[in-house]
Amino acid sequence: MDEDAGSMKRIFNSGAGAIVTKSIGLIPNKGYSNPTVIELEHGILNAMGLPNPGIDEFSSEIKILKSLRIPLIGSIYGKNKDEFVKLAVKMEKYGADAIELNMSCPHVKRYGLEIGSNPKIVRDITKHVKQESNIPVFVKISPNLMNIIEIAKAAEKAEADAIVAINTVKAMKIDIELNTPVLSNKVGGYSGSAIKPIGVRCVYDIAKNVNIPIIGVGGINTGEDALEYIMAGASAVQIGSGIYYKGIDIFKKVCKEIERWMKKHGYKKISEIIGVAHS
Amino acid sequence: MNYPKIVKIIEIKNEAKNTKTIKFKYSEKVKPGQFFMIWIPDVDEIPMSVSYIDKRIKAITFRNIGDATNALYNLKKDDKIGIRGPYGNGFKLIGNNILFIGGGTGIATIAPSIELLSKNNAIITVILGAKTKNELFFEQRIKKTSAKLYVCTDDGSKGYHGLATDLTEELIAKKNYDSIITCGPELMMKKLFEKRKKMNFQASLERFMKCGFGICGQCCVGDGLRVCVEGPVFDENILKYVKDFGIFKRDSSGKKIKI
Repeated sequence: MDEDAGSMKRIFNSGAGAIVTKSIGLIPNKGYSNPTVIELEHGILNAMGLPNPGIDEFSSEIKILKSLRIPLIGSIYGKNKDEFVKLAVKMEKYGADAIELNMSCPHVKRYGLEIGSNPKIVRDITKHVKQESNIPVFVKISPNLMNIIEIAKAAEKAEADAIVAINTVKAMKIDIELNTPVLSNKVGGYSGSAIKPIGVRCVYDIAKNVNIPIIGVGGINTGEDALEYIMAGASAVQIGSGIYYKGIDIFKKVCKEIERWMKKHGYKKISEIIGVAHS
Repeated sequence: MNYPKIVKIIEIKNEAKNTKTIKFKYSEKVKPGQFFMIWIPDVDEIPMSVSYIDKRIKAITFRNIGDATNALYNLKKDDKIGIRGPYGNGFKLIGNNILFIGGGTGIATIAPSIELLSKNNAIITVILGAKTKNELFFEQRIKKTSAKLYVCTDDGSKGYHGLATDLTEELIAKKNYDSIITCGPELMMKKLFEKRKKMNFQASLERFMKCGFGICGQCCVGDGLRVCVEGPVFDENILKYVKDFGIFKRDSSGKKIKI
């Protein structure tokens, strides 16, 4: 629900504070053929293949959202520094309020995770995007890493404004009637409740090692889930798969559940809870 | 769960030129107007209306128009396909005097509704439209119901010579119906929508789909209406706000394509 202005408007009107766009590249990309998304027992498995109409075509969607004053985080993906910088400059020019660098998509060769697992490349891309941008830059990182702290530190050193963690967990489903992986790309990314403990652990580890804000994401369906991320050190959270599990009004529901919990436990501001699990 | 159930094809039937029906055992309850995601292993997964609804057996009817339908077209009895669903809202079968208009393969979508209403003694009028005679199908099937049937072809090779929209205009000039239900080319449905007068109106829309369960956003129309969840059937109260109806759809990349 992040591909066209109409959908993003609907999500915003359902209580989200800001919208992250589909990851956008320089040129149109059709993505993989179906099956691209399936539901498993404990989560959702997808390998979309970064489909998007290209940044120039996408600008018309951004324009509509900007005319409605909807806060917009433009997610971008490229295969090198030059592509990321070009995309960031265009995202800002077309009206995005912040930029998210997708360095963690687990299922597209030469993109995403293949870039985001090398601290030198993460630092280099982030630094150059920062130099050319006047809006906040977030780096979205992957849980599929042994060196997640090193990657987070690289983003911090390059003056990223925040870290977004986590992207989906690399995964596969094999159909035992047909003896074959179900997704056309075979490998995909797993989201939903199953990955929440993984995300919470990543955010906790990152928070211990860096001093920039963290946006937590992965398996959030309730206010309680969001609170876990916040206690681990997140200042904000993102929700994707929860739209399926709880409906489009999940954003309002989660906010209400957080408020209710805070009231019950005597907290007045979210900032009082951020990172409390560390003390 | 939104995971394909693997079924064996139990029957294949030729319906018209390049058009086949594939039947399989599938016990999920289906409402007329709902659709399945059909997985053709190693090829693609595509949305397709349910064309026969029996308690244990369901079917799809399709024309061979692309890679996925071509692969499906060449399958044999006992070959395996994956089925997810049913998805979407289906038609609301209300009113006692309903006019159905099926254009091209849209005929497959409306047929189960006609059969169901026929059992409930509603007054039904049906227009089946095709480009030419040998692309027409389900004529005998509709004749077995209580519906009053009109057939039309663009080239006049059978029935009324002209478009289904022209024939509809002639019928509604003479008579009022409680409601119009249609599935077919979007430009045909848009024209019917504009000519509907004050009658209730439902059209089944088609968009490129990926997940089928409301999360990916690929099939959205208007202000975030998911064709796979809030659709594929939309009524006049919604369609008047869907600015892209009859104007554009999106390809797999999300790029707009003129309809």
